[in-house]
Amino acid sequence: MAKELWKGNEAVAEAAIRAGCRYFFGYPITPQNEIPEYFARHMPEHDGVFLQAESEVAAINMAYGAAGSGARVMTSSSSPGISLKQEGISYIAGAELPVVIVNMMRGGPGLGSIAPGQSDYFQATRGGGNGDYRTVVLAPATIQEMTDLTQEAFDIADLYRIPVLVLADGMIGQMMEAVEWKKPKARKLPAKGWATDGTKGKREHNIINSLFIDPKDCTQHNQNLQKKHDLITQNEIRFEEYLTDDAEVLFVAYGTTARICQSAAIKLREAGVKAGVFRPISLWPYPEKELYLCANRGCVKTVVCAEMSMGQMIDDVKIALNGSKPVRFIGSGGGTFPTSAELMAAAHTALEGV
Amino acid sequence: MAVVYQRSKGLTETEQHFCPGCTHGVIHKLVAEVMEELDIIGSTVGVASVGCSAFAYNYFACDMQQAAHGRAPAVATGIKRVHPDLAVFTYQGDGDLAAIGTAEIVHAAMRGEKITAIFVNNAIYGMTGGQMAPTTLLGQKATTAPLGRQKDLHGSPIRMAEMLATLDGCAYAERVMVTDPASIAKAKRAIKKAFTLQLAGAGFTMVELLSTCPTNWGLSPVEAIGWLKENLVPCYPLGVYADRAEQKEEAAK
Repeated sequence: MAKELWKGNEAVAEAAIRAGCRYFFGYPITPQNEIPEYFARHMPEHDGVFLQAESEVAAINMAYGAAGSGARVMTSSSSPGISLKQEGISYIAGAELPVVIVNMMRGGPGLGSIAPGQSDYFQATRGGGNGDYRTVVLAPATIQEMTDLTQEAFDIADLYRIPVLVLADGMIGQMMEAVEWKKPKARKLPAKGWATDGTKGKREHNIINSLFIDPKDCTQHNQNLQKKHDLITQNEIRFEEYLTDDAEVLFVAYGTTARICQSAAIKLREAGVKAGVFRPISLWPYPEKELYLCANRGCVKTVVCAEMSMGQMIDDVKIALNGSKPVRFIGSGGGTFPTSAELMAAAHTALEGV
Repeated sequence: MAVVYQRSKGLTETEQHFCPGCTHGVIHKLVAEVMEELDIIGSTVGVASVGCSAFAYNYFACDMQQAAHGRAPAVATGIKRVHPDLAVFTYQGDGDLAAIGTAEIVHAAMRGEKITAIFVNNAIYGMTGGQMAPTTLLGQKATTAPLGRQKDLHGSPIRMAEMLATLDGCAYAERVMVTDPASIAKAKRAIKKAFTLQLAGAGFTMVELLSTCPTNWGLSPVEAIGWLKENLVPCYPLGVYADRAEQKEEAAK
């Protein structure tokens, strides 16, 4: 199929429609407004529903109701709006509902800035809501990858009955790139026999619920969730290695920052420094063993974690490396990002420090 | 032997947790009987909320979803948009609907969302143990208003039926009580009308039911019924506040 030029925010919406999503509930916030706007224009062509909710809180709860009714459903927002959705995400995880959520991250905290950011990593991977739950977090670095991952996100959500977060940033949302539309690999998905679509007098009533008033029942529920989380950790880890085979300095970065690291790695190699990039694509489950192996199988002397934040993913990098390699951080929060020149300088400093 | 009275098929056989003298059980029965009479138990989805209403998902025989505190109208919106042919109702208390969930109920009504809100107003937080609600009467004592609700500190009680009735999308809003056979029969007619109008696509419908909370009012069940009539009804007058289906019919004549 021919490549087409797509804006990130519109491409993620189109990817959802192509994945069979027919319900979208959202609320305006920069820099993701083209997502609800795209659905507003195009859902009617597919007999789908676009609804602008009164708040992010309402939108995520509308998604809860629609997912509980058996539909493929999406909501999207940007950082402060995603904070408002955390209660709903916890309930969705607790009630084991498949919902796909897009976060086009911007600078924080609070209102922060409307420029691209990556400072919602803790919130995305540690859970901003209450309770022991996990959200599958997929972090694309290109618009092509975002369209592929978004379609797959619906399958992952349906397969495991879990919220899936597509974690991108304002840069990926706002820029335009070539996209070739592809279908994800077919998965065998279970029927939604649990959905509230009316008993029709033919079965016991279905209940969508996250309340287990007896602590023994709630403990069992948590154990069941953990089994599911373990299964996802086995099956759904994604990452990419770039120029890592002979790398002496290894960047670890995701999303937009990983692309800047790739540019820096090329320039470093032109200057005679063997640099590579390890790019986690699934931020939960985190490619922990894979990163350890990448950093320890060859000639890596030092690791540089780069983020558009003041240092959040670096916690996972340290956990993965378990003290096996020195780790340095370079990054900036609030809506700015490290340049390739700054990344190159950080790589030099790291190597000198070994 | 002829059966003259039995549990509605709209209810499960699960034993309910309500305190003696609480009228939640009566209201559950009325909703269940309306579903049974309209033959919609198999084509209804209910939304339980947070508070004494939380376990409604165990008591109604139709499909149920349990919503976060105050969010039942948003959850109901999601359900109704996916299944427009099903009847969808929320079952919410006054803390849920009139405090934490005001945005969700106001905007569901504004959109004319084709759902029915069963709003149980007992002027207190029941499940959490008697805290002040936005519906608590002036002078009424609560654990978080130990000297009684004071106008200059807490404001005056909120009247949801009157408020929502101002919105064009609100097809029907009526306030009833469930204190005696006559008022219970009237309450059932209101619930039935709300469901019927919802199924006809008229828009958002709500029935506000003045209810007792003997435990947190510190009264016996019988005293609570009397207190409701003497104190709640003057502050929350019974009656129909919106009936836009009727207006439409009148306009057509």
